[in-house]
Amino acid sequence: MALLEVDDLHIEARSEQGEVLPIVKGVSFEVQRGEVMALIGESGSGKTTIALSSLGYTKPGLEFAGGEVRLDGRDVITMPSLERRDMRGRKVAYLAQSAAATFNPALTIGEQVTESAVLHGILNQEEANRRAEELYRTLELPDPDRLGRRYPHQVSGGQLQRLMAAMALCGKPDLLVLDEPTTALDVTTQIEVLKAFKRVIKEEGSAAIYVTHDLSVVAQIADHIVVLYAGEVQEMGTADDVISRPTHDYTRRLMAAVRPPPAAGQGDAASEEHLRDSPALETRKVNAGYGRKLDGSVAMKVLFDIDVSIERGQVVGVIGESGCGKSTLARVMAGLTPAFAGDVLLDGSRLAASVPERERDELRKVQFVFQMADTALNPKQRIDEIIGRPIEFYLGLKGEAKRKRVLDLLDMVELPYEFAGRYPEELSGGQKQRVNLARALAADPEVLLCDEVTSALDTIVGANVIQLLRSLKDRTGVSFVFISHDLSTVASFADEIVVLYAGRVVEKGPVDEVLSPPFHPYTRLLISSVPELRVGWMEEMLATSTAQAGIDRVVQITEVGCPYYDRCPLAVPGTCNEHTAPERRIAERHFIECHREIEELVRFSHN
Amino acid sequence: MTESVAKVAAPGTVVGTQFEELPDAPPKRKLKFTPVGKVAISIVCFWLVIVVIGPWISPYHEADLIADDSFTPSGEYCSEWEEGMCSFHVLGTDYLGRDVLSRIIYGARTTIGVSFAATVLAYIIGVIFGIAAAVGGSKLDMGLSRVNDAFISIPHIMMGLVIIAAVGSTIPILIVTAGCIYATTVFRISRALALDVMVSDFVESARARGEGLWWIIRREILPNIAMPLATDFGLRLVFIILFISSLSFLGLGVQPPDSDWGSMVKENLQGLVYGSLSPIAPAIAIATLTISINLIVDDVSAHAGGRLAKRML
Amino acid sequence: MMFRMIMRRLGIGVVTLWVVSLLMFAGTEILPGDVAEIMLGQEATPESLAALRGKLGLDKPAALRYLEWLGDMATFDLGLSLAGHSGTGGGGATIEVLIGARLQNTLLLSSIVAAISVPLSVTLGLLAAMFPTSLYDRTVTFTTLCLVAVPEFFIATMLVLILAVQLQWLPSIATMTDFESVWDMLRSLSLPILTLCFVLLAQMSRMTRAAVLNVMSSPYIEMAILKGVPRRRIILRHALFNAIGPIVNIIALNLAYLVSGVVIVEVIFAFPGLAKLMVDGVQVRDMPLVQACGMIFCATYVVLILISDIASIVSNPRLRHPK
Repeated sequence: MALLEVDDLHIEARSEQGEVLPIVKGVSFEVQRGEVMALIGESGSGKTTIALSSLGYTKPGLEFAGGEVRLDGRDVITMPSLERRDMRGRKVAYLAQSAAATFNPALTIGEQVTESAVLHGILNQEEANRRAEELYRTLELPDPDRLGRRYPHQVSGGQLQRLMAAMALCGKPDLLVLDEPTTALDVTTQIEVLKAFKRVIKEEGSAAIYVTHDLSVVAQIADHIVVLYAGEVQEMGTADDVISRPTHDYTRRLMAAVRPPPAAGQGDAASEEHLRDSPALETRKVNAGYGRKLDGSVAMKVLFDIDVSIERGQVVGVIGESGCGKSTLARVMAGLTPAFAGDVLLDGSRLAASVPERERDELRKVQFVFQMADTALNPKQRIDEIIGRPIEFYLGLKGEAKRKRVLDLLDMVELPYEFAGRYPEELSGGQKQRVNLARALAADPEVLLCDEVTSALDTIVGANVIQLLRSLKDRTGVSFVFISHDLSTVASFADEIVVLYAGRVVEKGPVDEVLSPPFHPYTRLLISSVPELRVGWMEEMLATSTAQAGIDRVVQITEVGCPYYDRCPLAVPGTCNEHTAPERRIAERHFIECHREIEELVRFSHN
Repeated sequence: MTESVAKVAAPGTVVGTQFEELPDAPPKRKLKFTPVGKVAISIVCFWLVIVVIGPWISPYHEADLIADDSFTPSGEYCSEWEEGMCSFHVLGTDYLGRDVLSRIIYGARTTIGVSFAATVLAYIIGVIFGIAAAVGGSKLDMGLSRVNDAFISIPHIMMGLVIIAAVGSTIPILIVTAGCIYATTVFRISRALALDVMVSDFVESARARGEGLWWIIRREILPNIAMPLATDFGLRLVFIILFISSLSFLGLGVQPPDSDWGSMVKENLQGLVYGSLSPIAPAIAIATLTISINLIVDDVSAHAGGRLAKRML
Repeated sequence: MMFRMIMRRLGIGVVTLWVVSLLMFAGTEILPGDVAEIMLGQEATPESLAALRGKLGLDKPAALRYLEWLGDMATFDLGLSLAGHSGTGGGGATIEVLIGARLQNTLLLSSIVAAISVPLSVTLGLLAAMFPTSLYDRTVTFTTLCLVAVPEFFIATMLVLILAVQLQWLPSIATMTDFESVWDMLRSLSLPILTLCFVLLAQMSRMTRAAVLNVMSSPYIEMAILKGVPRRRIILRHALFNAIGPIVNIIALNLAYLVSGVVIVEVIFAFPGLAKLMVDGVQVRDMPLVQACGMIFCATYVVLILISDIASIVSNPRLRHPK
């Protein structure tokens, strides 16, 4: 008998007015003991709802409408609530997406980790404490003896995520339910957490349901895969089968949307002709930060001496982990966060630091596209008002001319005309992002600053937006600054790459050259952290010295020395942490900031 | 998808046919009132009608001394001294022999009118300064907020008492006093709401475009804070009705011969002992109005904020 | 960190008190004419006015008088009452004497009310939050909504009508003299106490319910449910621990509210308390008396708000256990 049998499960949402909306429509699958089952789908597919049903739980507003969920042969939907309570934490344990929100801020970590095991009488408090410590060690958490006495806000996000695994495993459950446990993490942290999960699941021999939208994560951890769309199973089978030989249309489209791992051979090199002109946009020795101290100096410096140039018609990708200053760089270019030193140049002429000081036509030429289309569009304005405003504001068009231009722009971003009369809340995430782009294009700009425009979108939708950007670039000749934390997205679209770390440019150059040796040690880490769609990739990656030195560390901004010092496998104590790294020219437009000689970097990049 | 779209779609794009992108959120619900809410709406409407047409339907004038005896019970009253001097009083008469029903009808105008005017004043002052603090930069915000903090930390009724002790009590003074006192709360709310909108990406995007402050306030901020402010207006109105009635009850609000619900309760308090309706009827009038407004606000905010989680375990 | 925040909050409290005193003082300054004119009224001659002004120090500049007044307030030298108003026996009595006994009465009333309503309302609110949408919860929610929407004098009037007039159980006037026993005193005070308790109960239980429900909707409560933690432990350990800060906050806020609540209640029941004294003072425009009472009320209010803010700082685990 399978550990978990989900049989023709139906779940519905019921509104106040009694309208019924089916969320899960007849899903069936089984999970065997000791195996990891992945539920894959995009937002709205019902994957979390299905996973939670194995605990006999639905989110408020949802209810079971049919079918059975049998755990060890007992239907968890109909069982008495006392029995269900006893089953939760003892037989099934749940790991939520955001550990920061799921740990109670007022209780110690230790109490929360051991609570379930003690309450269910599986272990007494002392045994539970010992087991928790063991788990902390297995999960490679720092300071395992004293960790239990700390409070959740005193440890980092990646550590909390692993602590949640300890909390789930403490009572030795048969089944773990993991709900997108690595989605909110940076790539390098994600690998560390994934590794810990995989190891602990294997050692404990528990079965697991792993909910995610990310195929490459699934490839690392799952034995079986269920592909979901709109509350229905599209395809299921062993991980290997589904990934290498997808049979269903939807699975194929999911696979197609996964960006290939970054590799050399992409992007257009800037042509000679381009290089003779002044760049479309350029920053020279830009320094920026937030807050002011009493003496007038900047309280928190975020960017240090940034030199970046965007050639006409080119796409410059800016990449780095959260906190590296990439959004601030875009804001400095747009004038939203004035630089306190250094210049921004448009067509070779100096721009004023802040928006109010810039000419309207200068503002028109540099347009900012915000990350979250949800919040970037005023919910109280119609789409034609949103797109129409820049047309009126910059180009002075009114009435019929303006209307025609709005429809042209809708065409350009591949949205139907009738959207002009709608409000943002009537659109889906991808459609909103298109409107967001159309508003920026309405100004007829020369440079588009795109800040993580695909990060909040589902894989397929995100891939479509990139496709759209590519065709816009070809048709309009606009230059792009494309900011992302996802190297494969950047590599698939950019012509040049700028790698930011802790507010400094550590490497920059054409895509081809940045993605081939010699690498800056940090670039190397970024490249190797991108999950690949193949089984066994993670183990290989984790064995490298780059990974061992650099993974699961927080970006720290330092004023002195090389900021990457504490994560670098090549770090030279006494030099790297005390002197600013020199800029080494590798090729015409390819630069690396490192104390090591080029030859040393080449050797490092090849082993 | 229109045809033109299909045409421009680059080859290889997967503009959805079979697998559409799923909608982000369920469609917006229409505001529906609970049965209790509907009753509340009709009560408020009733009082509004009374405010408008009161003097025409009132049986007597508010200041007329009709009966020569005080606190007569509900029903017909005939004078003991003058033959044939009979009058009918639905709610009896007050301590001076005036018709209670008529005074309630006239009092509705004063109570609701004064409170409404004060609420509008509070909103004009509070919203203007609140938005100014939210958009005007940190120095202005600090200054305004500190001053407001000081004012808000004086109990409202104390502030009212001190002001009235100093300058006396007339209807304009009452309106200005209540308006200014409650402007502090409106300031706090509108500042918080406007600040929320100010830091949103769409305002950031308007600022990046180079829009002026006035345009941003008018087109981005006001439409987004209008609805929560409207809900709060109802609550604020209730508080101001209570405030003015309380002052009147203390004999420091609306002064005779104007009738006002709060002062009616005060004037006729001894009537309680004789079982007269004269102190009870105006008290009930206030209660029906304020409770109803509260119930409506409750329904509206439940709609806006979503109902509580129904089940827990 | 926490210490710094508390000190900062204390600083703001002091500044607030100072601004309040400025406002109180300004109250006298905007009067048409000055205190001397009011005291002498019709009998004023230029000579007698000048003499009285000299005696009261009114010929000094306003800023100087403010400082002196502030100093007097700080040392509880509250000066002379102006007018002879009912029950205080003629003008010229020192304000300390007038206030002394009355302040005690008001404090007594408030502490009895607080002692009854605080534990009761927290329990009511907690129970309502534990069983959301149950009949009990809906009854509490609806009743308290009605109670907070009506003026205090409505509740007082209804209580008098039912308990004093119809049933004749309790006296409708609350005197503070000639008690034979504590029981006698409580009986005399019962209507004002009941009125204030109703008002406080309604507000506090509503706010407590909302605070607990707010915590109950957080993801860590859902997590506790999914860990199989029994409901009672979820409420008492997981939810209450996080709601304690907000609840203490609510209690302090409502005790601060009590400051204004007593005004109406003391007047209705002719209770010889500080608020009644102040209202009488307002009626005869006895500004020194109004200022003194106002300052006492405002200071209490500011201190209670201060306590509520400090409570929420102290109860924040992030501040209690810094990194």
